[in-house]
Amino acid sequence: MRKVFASTAGLTDRPTHYCPGCTHGIIHRMVGEVIEDLGIRERTVGIAPVGCSVLAYEYFNCDMFEASHGRAPAVATGAKRARPDIIVFSYQGDGDLASIGMGEIIHTANRGEKVTVIFVNNAIYGMTGGQLAPTTMPGQYSTTTPRGRDVRDCGYPVKMAEIIAQLTTPAFVARGSTHTPREIIATKALIKKAFEYQVAGTCFSLVEVLSICPTNWGLSVRESEKWLEREMLPYYPLGVKKRPEDFAEVSADAKH
Amino acid sequence: MPNTDTEVLMAGFGGQGMLLSGKILAYAAMYQGLEVSWLPSYGPEMRGGTANVTVCISEKQVASPYIAQPRALLTMNQPSLEKFGPRVRPGGLIIINSSLVPIKSDRADCRVIYVAANDLAAKVGTGRAANLVMLGVYVGLSGVVDAKVTEKIIEKEFSDKVKFIPANVAAFRAGLEEGVNARATNR
Amino acid sequence: MAKVLMKGNEAIGEAAIRAGCVHFFGYPITPQSEVPEYLAKRLPEVGGKFVQAESEVAASNMIYGAAGVGVRVLTTSSSPGISLMSEALSYIAACELPVVVVNVMRSGPGLGGILPAQSDYLHATKGTAHGDFKMIVLAPASVQEAVNLVILAFELAEKYLNPVMVIGDGMIGQMMEPVEFPVEGVGKPLDPGNWALTGCKGRGKRIINSLYLDPEICYRHNLKLTAKYEEIRKAEQRFDTYNTDGPYDLLVTAFGMTSRIARTAIDELAQEGQRVALFRPITLNPFPYEALRAAASKAKRVLDLEMNMGQMLQDVRMALGPDAAIDFFGTAGGVVPSPDQCREKMLESISKTGSRPKAKGARRNP
Repeated sequence: MRKVFASTAGLTDRPTHYCPGCTHGIIHRMVGEVIEDLGIRERTVGIAPVGCSVLAYEYFNCDMFEASHGRAPAVATGAKRARPDIIVFSYQGDGDLASIGMGEIIHTANRGEKVTVIFVNNAIYGMTGGQLAPTTMPGQYSTTTPRGRDVRDCGYPVKMAEIIAQLTTPAFVARGSTHTPREIIATKALIKKAFEYQVAGTCFSLVEVLSICPTNWGLSVRESEKWLEREMLPYYPLGVKKRPEDFAEVSADAKH
Repeated sequence: MPNTDTEVLMAGFGGQGMLLSGKILAYAAMYQGLEVSWLPSYGPEMRGGTANVTVCISEKQVASPYIAQPRALLTMNQPSLEKFGPRVRPGGLIIINSSLVPIKSDRADCRVIYVAANDLAAKVGTGRAANLVMLGVYVGLSGVVDAKVTEKIIEKEFSDKVKFIPANVAAFRAGLEEGVNARATNR
Repeated sequence: MAKVLMKGNEAIGEAAIRAGCVHFFGYPITPQSEVPEYLAKRLPEVGGKFVQAESEVAASNMIYGAAGVGVRVLTTSSSPGISLMSEALSYIAACELPVVVVNVMRSGPGLGGILPAQSDYLHATKGTAHGDFKMIVLAPASVQEAVNLVILAFELAEKYLNPVMVIGDGMIGQMMEPVEFPVEGVGKPLDPGNWALTGCKGRGKRIINSLYLDPEICYRHNLKLTAKYEEIRKAEQRFDTYNTDGPYDLLVTAFGMTSRIARTAIDELAQEGQRVALFRPITLNPFPYEALRAAASKAKRVLDLEMNMGQMLQDVRMALGPDAAIDFFGTAGGVVPSPDQCREKMLESISKTGSRPKAKGARRNP
């Protein structure tokens, strides 16, 4: 009999704790497969965030840190600077990266740390029970915006990929999604590209992955996928936002 | 017998070089095997305001580097004389740069020396070395450290700005002469 | 090796290098900024890494990351910055990683001022951040001792896999004193042993983590840490005494630079026939309770001197019990007590004991 499907060496055999229909498992698997495909598992150190994926250190089959809320990029900086030969990635949600950890992600990207960030954006706080995220859509219900996100109070959702992409420092920045098999395949290619840039020692890389949260959105999986496509995609356009190859040398030199 | 257990407060405006004079004094004492401490004022007051440093020199380990009542005060400006003059220990020494300080000290219980440090420094090289005239006066007067050792330290301090060495050494020597003369003079 | 005259902050940076630490992550804050400035210049010369972080929050998490992959690492800051680092120190202690943190204290609370203070004693020794954890806290009283204790801090951090804080005041950072350094690379290279995340080649994966959702497991983790702190308490108490050989009426307790100021006053009083001794804890945690009790048993009274409003005083009271005669004098806000002020306070305390000067000498201030 021919084996057509197997688990990836990049993940442990442990069953995840994620809710039914959650796409964290798919994103874990994409990252795990990329780590396996690139043959870097034995020199990779991952960093789990605080949020739904807090237990990611149990699932990735490589050395893992657990970071405090939002600080994974700083931990990544310390690890990578101390051991430039290892491959360092952080796996963070929208509350972790775009709210409490905004300072760390911006400055880690801006310093051009040779690390890879997987940013999962499901427009809601999952683990604490469906509160407002910086990426929650206008009008979207959350337990702390019971009348829907009022942009006059909360501002508009934060577009992290675009924010990181507009920094001058060379980087690879892209956004993918998980709402269709086609997008999953495309997103895995982006994640692979992101890791490849790190393996080559080229630049900082970040892939934002749009994800669904049926539990806290209060929708079925099918409805969630439709909602993501209808509400999130127009606001969070997919694709590569920035490539290090596009970088034009800035000739500024203020030495005096 | 030189008194080798002393505290000197050196004060002036930031940029007048009193912290450097203090450092040279501390170095010279250290090279002579003495224990020293160099404690500067720090913070915003240093920027354009007054800067001062307390140098303690002792044969045994310096206890408190923070001295409220120093045995000697070297002052490059009026505010420092007004602030620190009253704090000098009775019987202590006050050296005033009369090129820049228009007032007199009212301390009858201290030895007060007036030196036109900027004029003297300008005469032998550059007025900017007035801080070393002040140091020279103190070294000549107190005998706390060896003048030759101090000159070596000055040369070392300016080793990456060699062209400034002659003027600074000359300023130190000019001050030293004043100090030695003052020392020979009985009050 | 010849002595050099060096600023405390720079000497702290050099001491770390001599201890074999070539990784520094930090953020500028007065009065410790000369440490990052010095290391920014020096570390590239020795093949090290210097990163100016975007905040103390980030810097403290960078040292978590660097220690976690098994390198010797240092950060330094001053009081408000140390508050921001506190969260990470809880994680680092929980994960049992060796890091060294230097706090060049300035006055508080809030933004306070930039001048010397000792008002982070309790924060360092008792309540750094959430959860049951303790750091080893070392308090130098000279630039030379700062050098020695930074080197010792790395040894202890690695021996116990625990954060160690060296705590001095702004004076120690800003003053210059002669120092002698040991040759570079004292101590053994850091052994990442069986805990560092170096890539899982040839072994199972490792996790550095402080999340224990199962209360029993979290409880056991706390018991393990507590056992370690007990081991540290027994083995690592350090202190210094002055003038304790003969009889004395008053025992002064002071740590760090305040003890130096006290010594000047003690020496002056000795010339007037007053018998005053000094007890100086070097390890603020573990605090040398028994040694203090022994030293205080020879005195009629104890005077605690600090540059705060009475923080170590709590430990002095704990050591000596509720019936002990303890006076306190403290300054805060960046005001440094003068030797004369200390002398006055010592005389006040002595007057309460009813003792008279034991040797001939002119008392200047009856």
